[in-house]
Amino acid sequence: MPIVVSSLNYTYMPGSTQEYKALTDISLTVRDGEFLGIIGHTGSGKSTFVQHLNGLIQPTSGTVSVDGFQMADKKQRIKGRALVGMVFQYPEYQLFEETVEKDIAFGPRNRGLSDKEISERVRESMELVGLQHETFREKSPFELSGGEKRRAALAGIIAMRPKYLVLDEPMAGLDPKGRKDILNTIRLLKKRTKCGIIMVSHSMDDIASEADRIAVFNGGRLERIGTPGEVFADSEALLKMGLDIPQVSRLALELRQRGVEVPEGLFKLEDMKDFLLRRLRRV
Amino acid sequence: MFKNITLGQYFPGNSAIHRLDPRTKILLMILYIVVVFMVKQLSLFLLCAVFVLGVTLLSEIPLSYLLKSLRPLKWLIVFMFFLNVFLTPGERVLFEYWKVKITLEGLRQAAFISLRLIMLVSGTSLMTLTTTPIALTDGLERLLSPFKRVNFPAHELAMMMTIALRFIPTLMEEADKIMKAQLARGADFETGGIIKRAKGMIPILVPLFISAFRRADELAMAMESRCYHGGEGRTRMRVLKFMPQDALAALTVAFLGILIVIMQAFVF
Ligand SMILES: Nc1ncnc2c1ncn2[C@@H]1O[C@H](COP(=O)(O)OP(=O)(O)O)[C@@H](O)[C@H]1O
Ligand SMILES: [Mg+2]
Repeated sequence: MPIVVSSLNYTYMPGSTQEYKALTDISLTVRDGEFLGIIGHTGSGKSTFVQHLNGLIQPTSGTVSVDGFQMADKKQRIKGRALVGMVFQYPEYQLFEETVEKDIAFGPRNRGLSDKEISERVRESMELVGLQHETFREKSPFELSGGEKRRAALAGIIAMRPKYLVLDEPMAGLDPKGRKDILNTIRLLKKRTKCGIIMVSHSMDDIASEADRIAVFNGGRLERIGTPGEVFADSEALLKMGLDIPQVSRLALELRQRGVEVPEGLFKLEDMKDFLLRRLRRV
Repeated sequence: MFKNITLGQYFPGNSAIHRLDPRTKILLMILYIVVVFMVKQLSLFLLCAVFVLGVTLLSEIPLSYLLKSLRPLKWLIVFMFFLNVFLTPGERVLFEYWKVKITLEGLRQAAFISLRLIMLVSGTSLMTLTTTPIALTDGLERLLSPFKRVNFPAHELAMMMTIALRFIPTLMEEADKIMKAQLARGADFETGGIIKRAKGMIPILVPLFISAFRRADELAMAMESRCYHGGEGRTRMRVLKFMPQDALAALTVAFLGILIVIMQAFVF
């Protein structure tokens, strides 16, 4: 069963002088096991939107349901929330325990799992994020490096075994190696658990290569949603919104401007390579 | 959740009241408080109310917004009102049932105390509504600077206030964010006894403190690398200067005070 969002509106601080309409009439469905990429300008409402998915904020109007659980209802929300893992921007700021192991166990413990089950999950999720269990489990989370902290925080969410994992700019502020580690973890997780992934990111290349579908936010509205091929086909519209496009799309755009006929929907490096080679041979 | 608390609640604007020197506003607020405490007659609060309404009109702040500043106090006002209604001894009984007795004196005393509180809060709110926190601390520093001679740390005090005010919204936002993150991990802040709830706060407080210390550290570093070394020899971008309007404002409040003293002495 999917996550269904329909006609969602959200206003920050309604009725005050700082009233701000952050989201307008958003409807979309996150299918089972799909990788949904969310892109959009800073301030376009991406973070506000994803927080609705596990009921941390309630829509001003409209509804959100997770696998049929209505998130507006207090009892159903608890069940729905258990299905959706949420990795906030800069999740390392949520670390608080004395050891990495205890911190990762916080979520599963709140679910009331047995000690045996908990330690199994801790071990498994540490391995998934690439933190060696023996080396890191007794360490204080505050003595880790930036990238390690991020991975420890991520492990804390993975250990809850969510059916959908929401990641809000999970690679922001990391070095290239750190970014790669996180991306690999997400790939591995998706392959192993078949969970749905909803990822907000500014890296168009990552989104283009990983996502099944992409949602484009602009000024609090859902501008478009579709496969990467569909969304990146109209690269110029994205550029007009002040967004980046994948490097391959940029190349295609430049080639087209110079009179080379590049087929639509070319955004993957491999496809572009094939196309160029074929084209060069022909000339 | 923490978002609904408005602190320092400045109402942006450029009215005559907004433009007054913050020092004038601080001093006149103190004078106004004294005047309100001088009022001994219920009907004289009418004068104060006229004054407050006049200032509100001049400041272009919607009246509803001013009333909002009274909202946190509504239970206190209600409580004080009933306390005085029932507990003030009096002769002229209006209503009696079993042990409950309401007298005219009690009713009068209750109205008096409530009105005094309302006048105090609405009058002082007008100052914080029309003055930015920065201007306020600036004014305070200047007012306190004569005491520097006796080693009173006026500048440091003002700087601390400025920094604290600057970081209150930031920390609230952060607390909100951390709380949401822990909620998403299944934390529970709402059920259980007092000990369980206190323990439930740990996952919020630890990250919040760590981040506050980190911010303090970074700010100290940034200030030092820009050669901050206290108030000595520091010049200002915006120099405070008394204007004719400030004298006019002072005269108005003084007039209110004198009017009240005279009416109290001769009319009643
Ligand atoms: N807690 C808040 N209170 C008021 N306005 C907010 C709050 N959080 C975000 N906003 C505003 O809502 C808009 C959308 O923010 P956000 O969802 O964080 O955007 P994004 O994640 O796409 O950068 C922004 O203009 C922002 O200023
Ligand atoms: Mg964001």
